[in-house]
Amino acid sequence: MKSFPLIWSNLFRRRVRTFLTLFSIIAAFLLFGLLRSIAGAFEMGVNVAGVDRLMVSPKYSMVDGLPISHLAQIEAVEGVAGATHMTWFGGTYQNPTNFFPKFPVQPRVYFDLYSEYIIDPLQLDAFERIRTAAVAPADLVEEYGWQIGDRIPIEGDIWLRGDGSDLWEFELVGTYTVRDDESTFASFLFNYDYFDEARIPDTQGIVSNFVVRVTDPDQAGEISARIDAQFENSINPTRTATEEESNRQFAAQVGDIGLIMNSILSAVFFTILLLTANTMTQALRERIPELAVLKTLGFTDRRVALLVLLESVLLCGLGGAVGIALSGFALQALGPELQGFLGQIEMTVATTLSGVGIALLLGVVVGLNPALSARRLPVVEALRK
Amino acid sequence: MGIVELQQVSRHFTKGRQTVEVLDSIDLTIEEGDFLALMGPSGSGKTTLLNLIGGLDQPTSGSVEVAGQQLVGLSSRKLAQWRSRNIGFIFQFYNLLPILSARRNVELPLLLTRLGGRQRRRNADVALTIVGLADRARHKPGELSGGQQQRVAIARAIVADPRILVCDEPTGDLDRETADEILDLLELLNREHGKTIIMVTHDPKAARHARHTLYLDKGNLVREAA
Repeated sequence: MKSFPLIWSNLFRRRVRTFLTLFSIIAAFLLFGLLRSIAGAFEMGVNVAGVDRLMVSPKYSMVDGLPISHLAQIEAVEGVAGATHMTWFGGTYQNPTNFFPKFPVQPRVYFDLYSEYIIDPLQLDAFERIRTAAVAPADLVEEYGWQIGDRIPIEGDIWLRGDGSDLWEFELVGTYTVRDDESTFASFLFNYDYFDEARIPDTQGIVSNFVVRVTDPDQAGEISARIDAQFENSINPTRTATEEESNRQFAAQVGDIGLIMNSILSAVFFTILLLTANTMTQALRERIPELAVLKTLGFTDRRVALLVLLESVLLCGLGGAVGIALSGFALQALGPELQGFLGQIEMTVATTLSGVGIALLLGVVVGLNPALSARRLPVVEALRK
Repeated sequence: MGIVELQQVSRHFTKGRQTVEVLDSIDLTIEEGDFLALMGPSGSGKTTLLNLIGGLDQPTSGSVEVAGQQLVGLSSRKLAQWRSRNIGFIFQFYNLLPILSARRNVELPLLLTRLGGRQRRRNADVALTIVGLADRARHKPGELSGGQQQRVAIARAIVADPRILVCDEPTGDLDRETADEILDLLELLNREHGKTIIMVTHDPKAARHARHTLYLDKGNLVREAA
């Protein structure tokens, strides 16, 4: 790369302009790295699926809730091997950034249904026996430095206590792990009976959804239809799907998030394209006599065009690489904070490579027109300028 | 046979519907090792003639043979390659790249050779030593005087050891004393290094440094000075 010093010097001929353009490109690729990684985290989350489990949800809106009395009817449906319920608790531990999912559950039935969750039998006994008991994923316990026996205060936002207080306190009696680390949505679980009795009476007996294990996964469609038929004419109709299907529905929402992110990135890159193209066009215009001198010295039209193109690719490549690297550092720094919201979030090799690829492509697109202009530049006329 | 052979060379330019005849059936032979001054009023075709000899332009008709190469009909790429091997250019306004140091400017023609980085720098330093600017190698053009910049331009012109130096008003932007220093340097290159020099100038004092002087008027060679 004999001409590299020449390309490098040309790039920084107008330092302020180059640095401003470079910062814009860095900002764009920082955004790219972050948004793509966040979208990746969403996609990673929806891969968690048990093929033999069904999810029974309110038919019209997930905020409606379902009466717990549905449980007995669901259990009676042919093909249902077991069922339990879950309720989205919301709530805040210490401050809103400490986000992790929290569910009141039926301890033993829940762990029976979620056989991939592994818990010490003695701790499960304690979870079932102690009314204010809670268990949490081992990594969550480690993250917050909890110890068995600690009392964990949670400030409720959806569910208030019957005495009007929003402070819920749970005793940590155990930890659990997830086999093969399949799920990123392992949650803080506490005893439903305690929750139901303590909450405002008007809201008692309402759960978010039911989880059903079927005897034959191949019959899941028929069983779903049978469950929904049970409640079709009730005031709380249901919509039942396999966890996979539920996740697919969630994935459709993720698709929308992806679309939004891609739209934002497209707008950002289009702006960067115009900005960088403007920089390169100005840079070319200022240097017409110099390009003519290079041609006079014996640089071929093609070589001069290549110098201009490589300058553009270098600018965009440099900005892209720095932006992607910064987003990697940012994700490392923010990862633990975001993990509660988004699960595992990391800069993947695919995101890195696609970022670098887009940066180089941007460089080619931006530099192509100036490069062609440089190639066509007539020496004699240009020397007079 | 001279190092430059022009036969019946004409060059016309078209501006709208008007055709301007800049050179008209020029015959010219320049011997190797000559130092030729081309003089004449503005618009007489001096620079156009220089551009044809330097392979920057093509004639409308006629034959241009320089350093044993027929230039008429050569592609732009072949002409560029030929220029890099055979011609050194020196301009009135130096035409150095302001972003590069003197050494990097001088090194530019060597980027087209197979020389390694160290050898290129060594050759550039030798060329700067010849023009008396070895101690200014790291300076950028903006940090040098006009005379020094022209010396750097001369170093750039000779670094690839071309047979011919083409100079377009090389002292046109310099004061008398500095101009004389530059012309002395060109004389030295002609006398000691055997370079064939073709110099366009308006200045009769500059022309006196040449071995021969040719006059152009309205596209015709009119007479050779004694």
